[in-house]
Amino acid sequence: MSKANNLMSWIDERIPLTATWDKHVGKYYAPKNFNFWYYFGSLALLVLVLQIVTGIFLTMNYKADGELAFKSVEYIMRDVNWGWLIRYMHSTGASLFFVVVYLHMMRGIMYGSYKKPRELLWIFGMLIYLVLMAEAFMGYLLPWGQMSFWGAQVIISLFGAIPLVGDSITLWLRGDYVVADATLNRFFALHVIAMPLVLIGLVFAHIVALHEVGSNNPDGVDIKKVKGADGHPLDGIPFHPYYSVKDLVGVVVFLIVFFAIVFFAPEMGGYFLEHANYIPADPLKTPEHIAPVWYFTPFYAILRAMPDKLAGVIAMFAAIAVLFFLPWLDRNPVRSIRYRSFAYKAILIAFVVAFIVLGYYGMQPVTPVGTWISRLCSLVYFGFFVALFFISKGEKTKPVPERVNY
Amino acid sequence: MKMLPTRKSLRIVLSVAALVVLPEMAAAAGGGAALEHFTPERTDRTLQRGAKIFMNYCMSCHSADYHRYSHMARDIGLSDKAVSENLIFTTDKNGERTKIGSLMVNNMSKDYGKEAFGAVPPNLTLIARSRGVDWLYTYMKSFYLDESRPMGANNTVYPQVGMPHVLAGLQGWQKPVYESDGEGHEVLKGFQQVTAGKLSAQEYDSVITDLVSFLDYLGDPNREARHSLGIKVMLFLLIFLVLAILLKKEYWKDVPHS
Repeated sequence: MSKANNLMSWIDERIPLTATWDKHVGKYYAPKNFNFWYYFGSLALLVLVLQIVTGIFLTMNYKADGELAFKSVEYIMRDVNWGWLIRYMHSTGASLFFVVVYLHMMRGIMYGSYKKPRELLWIFGMLIYLVLMAEAFMGYLLPWGQMSFWGAQVIISLFGAIPLVGDSITLWLRGDYVVADATLNRFFALHVIAMPLVLIGLVFAHIVALHEVGSNNPDGVDIKKVKGADGHPLDGIPFHPYYSVKDLVGVVVFLIVFFAIVFFAPEMGGYFLEHANYIPADPLKTPEHIAPVWYFTPFYAILRAMPDKLAGVIAMFAAIAVLFFLPWLDRNPVRSIRYRSFAYKAILIAFVVAFIVLGYYGMQPVTPVGTWISRLCSLVYFGFFVALFFISKGEKTKPVPERVNY
Repeated sequence: MKMLPTRKSLRIVLSVAALVVLPEMAAAAGGGAALEHFTPERTDRTLQRGAKIFMNYCMSCHSADYHRYSHMARDIGLSDKAVSENLIFTTDKNGERTKIGSLMVNNMSKDYGKEAFGAVPPNLTLIARSRGVDWLYTYMKSFYLDESRPMGANNTVYPQVGMPHVLAGLQGWQKPVYESDGEGHEVLKGFQQVTAGKLSAQEYDSVITDLVSFLDYLGDPNREARHSLGIKVMLFLLIFLVLAILLKKEYWKDVPHS
């Protein structure tokens, strides 16, 4: 006992171990009224770790070479011990990363978690989302199947729409006149080291920012306003043990879903692993239907909805960029959807419906009806931010309670 | 417990989205050549018969070189010796019979394949995953006599296909029968036998069942291991879930309601 104490004080005199633990875990006070939506932060962290660990093992057997890449993936699936498990965990993890992140972002929007003083927290989160999309896009090229190849070809060629310098930029990105071995090698480097490093740095910043200002909650109440005699918020409880044990339940439920997919439906009907990606990349044969993986399709639908390529590219990037400005577009100080007006709830529902419908049409081949529905939904998507800007000023809200509902 | 507004709005969101998306999905389901539904079998006997057809008929032109003979032998319940002696027909670069531990390569060069058939016969290891088993099953039953084609055969599932009807000796030759659908379109009604093969229609179906089941195995050889491990993992996680919930409840007893 005292020996352990001695060791701890020896360490604490040299690095702030106990202080760090207390600040971020043992005495980090979180609101006690977290609901279902609050599992996804810790789950995102779990998936990040899973992706890094499975990724390391995949790297041990994968060959980043236009001639060998496709074959090396099948080598992992067939000849490497437990290779199929590692690979399916990585491919399922990629899709579930986006499921978790989308739900996490939805939570942030619904409960106004981006509002003062959490603007930087939101911006770090958005940067994570941006880097995650780059990470996923580059990772998808690595199996070197038809969809890997043509998906990359289509997305990189989008930069060709930029006036004057477009062609030079696409050439610079690919390192060749078409997606080729050079592209595969640089995407591999970016996917396994550059992007993950940035990602981990941003996640660190995201958590530091969160712990500086404290967590929001479903009531959007500032729990630091009402403190007890001990100086801790009356509605707050230490993260450990309360949320560590609660998040453990979330982790197990998540793992049940995760492993159910890994073991029983790793392709997810072609949504997680596309059928055409079981054909090796062939630069001379364009697949009948090229669609990105489901998590990019809302933005792909916005791209295709525009009649002009450059306008499409601008709209697609604008659709992501506009989210960064949410803290300033929403001018209402009331955070939680629970105390906001009917008009706000209506536009938020319209926004989410538009996003899901765009996601659906982004997977489908182009049809005239699909294009018109995509245009309508793009309008609703951007309209949400415009409407929010005007509705939120002088919005009639319900009174926000002093304390949280629990 | 009171209904959370978020849960209510979630329900609204999902139902509105479904209303927009569902009619399109129904429309998308139609069209294209109708495929017969096929459920692959995973018994050793089916796979052994399928392997025999595959090695005798398919492997002369197609390779399956993401997979190994020894891996196949283990999975379909054959000894290495039995496979070496009865199912390996290819030779290595020294002219000796391909070794059991080798990948399932074939000896036809890409250039020859392209010259003979107009396209290199595809690697079949993953064909069941890219095409799907329904497609393969229907395709293998849809070759018909067509003098206009270089190989004398055409296919209703894959029109103008470069592949000859390799199993014509077993199935015999058939020709397609079309009928008008009343809107000016000719639709495939079925096939009519022109010359008899060695097998009856029923026997041919069972050969194709064996073959496509084998292709399904080639595409996803670890499926059974995956499923059986999956069940154990699920059971473990369910027990873990109960314990995790009990642990959470025990700790959260202290948290006062306001």
